[in-house]
Amino acid sequence: MIHRKHILRTFVIYVEDKPGVLNRAASLFRRRGYNIESLNVGQTHVAGVSRMTVVVEADDDTAKRVEANLYKLVNVLEVQDITHRPRIERELALIKVRCGHEKRGEIMQVAEVFEGRVVDMSPDAIVLEITGTPDKIHGLVTVLETYGIEEMVQTGSVAMTRGSVPPLTHLGTATRELPV
Amino acid sequence: MTAQPVPSDAPSDSPERIRTSGPDARRAHPDRRGTRLTGAQIIWESLLREDVAVVFGYPGGAIMPGYDAMIDFPIHHVLVRHEQGAAHMADGYARASGEVGVCVATSGPGATNLVTGIATAMLDSIPMVAITGQVPSSLLGTDAFQETDITGVTLPITKHNFLVTRADEIAPTIREAFYIARSGRPGPVLVDICKDAQQALAVFEWSDAPVALPGYRPSYIPLARDLENALELIHAAKRPIILAGQGIIKSNASEVLIQFAEATGVPVALTLLGLGGFPASHPLNLGMMGMHGEAWVNHAIQESDLLIALGMRFDDRVTGKLTTYAPYAKKIHVELDPSEINKNVKVDVALIGDVRTVLSALMPHAKESARPEWRARIDDLKGDSAVRDIQSLPDTGDLHAAHVIHDLWRATEGNALVVTDVGQHQMWEAQYYKHNAPRSLITSGGLGTMGFALPAAIGAKFARPDANVWVVVGDGGFQMTACALTTCAQEGAKVNVAIINNGYLGMVRQWQEFFYGGRYVATPIRSPDFVKLADAHGLVGRRVTTRAEVMDAVRWAEAQPGTVVIDFRVKQEDAVYPMVPAGADLHDMIRRKPSEKPDGRPAAHNPIFETGADE
Repeated sequence: MIHRKHILRTFVIYVEDKPGVLNRAASLFRRRGYNIESLNVGQTHVAGVSRMTVVVEADDDTAKRVEANLYKLVNVLEVQDITHRPRIERELALIKVRCGHEKRGEIMQVAEVFEGRVVDMSPDAIVLEITGTPDKIHGLVTVLETYGIEEMVQTGSVAMTRGSVPPLTHLGTATRELPV
Repeated sequence: MTAQPVPSDAPSDSPERIRTSGPDARRAHPDRRGTRLTGAQIIWESLLREDVAVVFGYPGGAIMPGYDAMIDFPIHHVLVRHEQGAAHMADGYARASGEVGVCVATSGPGATNLVTGIATAMLDSIPMVAITGQVPSSLLGTDAFQETDITGVTLPITKHNFLVTRADEIAPTIREAFYIARSGRPGPVLVDICKDAQQALAVFEWSDAPVALPGYRPSYIPLARDLENALELIHAAKRPIILAGQGIIKSNASEVLIQFAEATGVPVALTLLGLGGFPASHPLNLGMMGMHGEAWVNHAIQESDLLIALGMRFDDRVTGKLTTYAPYAKKIHVELDPSEINKNVKVDVALIGDVRTVLSALMPHAKESARPEWRARIDDLKGDSAVRDIQSLPDTGDLHAAHVIHDLWRATEGNALVVTDVGQHQMWEAQYYKHNAPRSLITSGGLGTMGFALPAAIGAKFARPDANVWVVVGDGGFQMTACALTTCAQEGAKVNVAIINNGYLGMVRQWQEFFYGGRYVATPIRSPDFVKLADAHGLVGRRVTTRAEVMDAVRWAEAQPGTVVIDFRVKQEDAVYPMVPAGADLHDMIRRKPSEKPDGRPAAHNPIFETGADE
């Protein structure tokens, strides 16, 4: 048996901005049993084109079929598995910490270490914003837990490759190199 | 609507009726591009331009504007008795013709009744367009009367689907739907059209330019280096086998497959849906593989050193246990759909493209080879199971299903278009009816849909009015869609129905016998008097209980002007052999016991061999 190594994979998926597209993609992941770690969808600079960043737990083989299956969706324009490519990958979190004035300074110092910033303050709470890799956010959360987190919200990953590799260049062409 | 059954003595074949909606009538239809039409009219204008001659459907509230407009168009409508039948008819039409089949239903229950038929088409990659009415767009999402989110429901069982809320979107959407349904790996596409879009006016526009879908990639061309790698493997192989699937039939690759097999000397095994894609009578044809495949085919696959898989997808019914499947073989996979590569079986070379294109590319470089040792080895494997034509075996008084199928094959000289249901009779048909031509067997493979046969046969008859259509169906499956007999009568569509009646849900009973301690839970099934049932529909029927009557009954059925039902009362507790239990090694087959005598002494003759390499 080949050892099947499951790692977290990051896919960038360009889709037509049409009703139900998110549902189609999500339904595919559910139906085929691919485990979604996080999913983010938003607009791009191209009118009518949305971009998803999906983090999936998959081995090499599954990753290829995730890609091939996504291409079978009529509204999917392009799929990139950027797991092994130099990339910028970010998440954003808003964290509300219970604190009176006596701890404010301390918490703001912690935030500074993690390059987070204060975006709201009230007499008994402070809200921090942080962007970064999941590791970095996790680091900040661990420290803040000792003060008492009242509320927290976190996005999934958004990712982009480094350097110039323009997407959507082969639209409309009948063939392409296949990930098999 | 009141259905007027056609009296059984009236001339009842339907080519005349089909001709009225043929190409001439369509050419005579005025060009109405650029004029304002209702959305309902645009539906039919669009279908005409997709060369649709016949649709299968059932009216209802949300599709009534569409039905009202239909009367002005040279398209024949076949009224079904249940929408599942409409989907199966469209499916049968598509399988028999290679063209897109069309079914129509109303919203809500009409649409949900199509679901089984759509899923059947999806699993077997059948080009189909399903048009459903939907509640007015202003009521979408309100749980209005007969509202179902059918695009949501069918999302995982369609190749693609559309919800249309405006009249001006109807024509371009139908155009895209047909293009998606028939291109690449085909599949069903559903177009859900709101009632207000059918009623509204729009200028009818129809472009003849290629459909532009920026993200859709239906066709692929294999890479040159992969072709070279495949040729190297083929030339190096000592014990190669071709595994031919439905892709042969879909891409019209039969001819080039024959050339390729003959040139390279590689024997050909077929999947259930591949039957007919390579002539059964060809010396290189091994027969069917898999769970109920020929024993020697499965053994040969396990001994093989190279599998050349052509347009098949290594279904679990074909491979058995994956970890022990063809352990000595390298694998070449020729497949149009990249997502099938390495899905079940890890392959050494993948050639992405349709089978005909790939084989045509390989053919000029294929080195001639006869492979006498390998073929002699396969002959050894055939051993005793390939000795005789069952025709020459003594008639012991029992009517076996295999006899019925075998005699049907002889009586029809192998030229019938056989449509089967799902179960034991389906496997016996696959084993005993020798198919030499593509599209001569229509059967539900992937989904295994009982109730498929009769409606699919009606669809096939409309696609090929001159074909001698035989339905081979069990007593269980027949009762699921027997209401389609009325459609046969009303349409005058002649099909010959052979009910293989053993009084059980036979395949489930067989599993109960083998794997559930012989506890026949919910498998004994009572049936109505099928001869009277035929009579009640204004059709004719006959009961056959001995083998001596089979040939005569087949000829009698074919001589009748209308649909005929023959109730073949076969041996009740027969089983399909050989059998690879689900999940077992492919070579681990349950074989027919040499004796069937109750006292356990060996019988002089077994009336049924597993199959016969006959003639």
